[in-house]
Amino acid sequence: MVVAEHANAEASANAQPKIMARKVNVFYGDKQALFDVDLDIAQQKVTSLIGPSGCGKSTFLRCLNRMNDVVDGCRVEGAIRLDGADVYDRQLDPVQLRARVGMVFQKPNPFPKSIYDNVAYGPRIHGLTEGRDELDGVVRNSLEKAGLWGEVKDRLEQPGTGLSGGQQQRLCIARAIAVNPEVVLMDEPCSALDPIATARIEELIDELRENYTIVIVTHSMQQAARVSQFTAFFHLGYLVEYGATETIFTSPQDTRTQDYITGRFG
Amino acid sequence: MENSGEGTEHIVSSYDDDLKQLSSMLLRMGGLAESQLAAAIQAVTRRDSELAQKVIDTDQQIDELDDEVNEFCTRLLALRQPMAVDLRNIVAALKLSGDIERVGDYAKNVAKRAIALNQAPMVAPVHNVPRIGSLVQRMIKDVLDAYAERDVARAIDVWNRDEEVDELYNSLFRELLTYMMEDPRNITSCTHLLFIAKNIERMGDHTTNMAENIHYVIEGTRLHDSRPKSDDTSTFAGPSEKVRKLET
Repeated sequence: MVVAEHANAEASANAQPKIMARKVNVFYGDKQALFDVDLDIAQQKVTSLIGPSGCGKSTFLRCLNRMNDVVDGCRVEGAIRLDGADVYDRQLDPVQLRARVGMVFQKPNPFPKSIYDNVAYGPRIHGLTEGRDELDGVVRNSLEKAGLWGEVKDRLEQPGTGLSGGQQQRLCIARAIAVNPEVVLMDEPCSALDPIATARIEELIDELRENYTIVIVTHSMQQAARVSQFTAFFHLGYLVEYGATETIFTSPQDTRTQDYITGRFG
Repeated sequence: MENSGEGTEHIVSSYDDDLKQLSSMLLRMGGLAESQLAAAIQAVTRRDSELAQKVIDTDQQIDELDDEVNEFCTRLLALRQPMAVDLRNIVAALKLSGDIERVGDYAKNVAKRAIALNQAPMVAPVHNVPRIGSLVQRMIKDVLDAYAERDVARAIDVWNRDEEVDELYNSLFRELLTYMMEDPRNITSCTHLLFIAKNIERMGDHTTNMAENIHYVIEGTRLHDSRPKSDDTSTFAGPSEKVRKLET
């Protein structure tokens, strides 16, 4: 794997990485999907994972909050540490982990409940709030952070599924941040959205970076270039190259990275 | 360089056609600038005002090509959203085009001076002008070859050769100054020659910029070390070491 020089310099200047992955191997039954992936995710930065379909980027993303646990026959080897603590520790409750490491999916998937209840759901089940007033505050705050408050404040009791695609996705982001996570994982959050809704989400990602560490899987290289500070390129289950986003997109070191991002045959 | 990545083809083949077209536009433009310089120098040495006028008229073609390259690059940036080596290629093309356009302008200036020079009596050191001229002309030719063949070693070689041009310009500067001091009737011709030499020296600087940009296209990094500079005429006080002190 190639690691661009000043990405290393920047990462080390950045103190402790939020997440450290070492020698991560993932198998689906007999088929190996990831091979010896070593990757540091910098704190309060946006890291994008790019690569062709089937390259392992989503598999890697799902390792970070143990979403792969629910996939039959999926086996994860190696170490993933969140603030130095093993994510795959048997003592650790995956539900608690997913409160710290939230997730937003490709297709907006609000619950068939009201806008309010969509956001309030997490804080309720995790018992994060006491009383209606505090819960109201969390819902409002989360919707504000997700840039949706102004659009929905007068119709909080209407179903979340009645919103437009872009609004639904922002509702899902509000739901993810309502439990006050440290990391937000996004799996192609804009692929079902039009350019304006996409731009809103991208603007939002940039704002969320102040409080959260964000890892985003995207098929749009322009999006990766626009929103992330670091980019990791996966190919056939290997992490091929990792570095500062501007370096990856102007002067990638590996031929495979170059071929992929410039649209050439590999 | 193995991973400059231009060897393999794009999935969208019309993209490759566009990039090839861009390269050939620049090479055509560069070739034109190179022959403009050659003709301008010939106009000086052969005292050929007709040829000089032709150089002046032809500059228009280079300017038009520059506009074409700029438009084409803007189109490519908007429609192809280039990345990595393609991005470097297109950004560098914009700059290369600007440098070639400047070289063309200087060739035109040389030609203008040639016409003025032809009205004045001949002075001896005219032979030094074609020397510096052919030096820069070879640099332009080599830098264009380096671009056409993506040959980084050749680009670096051109980059280093600018020092020679500066040195030759310095000695020319001193020499012309001596002629002017010997006989004030030489001043008109010598001043024109001095400007001609300066124009050619500036072409060398633009050629060096081109070499730097070609290096960037191929390697993705800038040529770091500061270029060897040998033009010290801007601080030159006179042909003798004794600088006359002003009485206060």
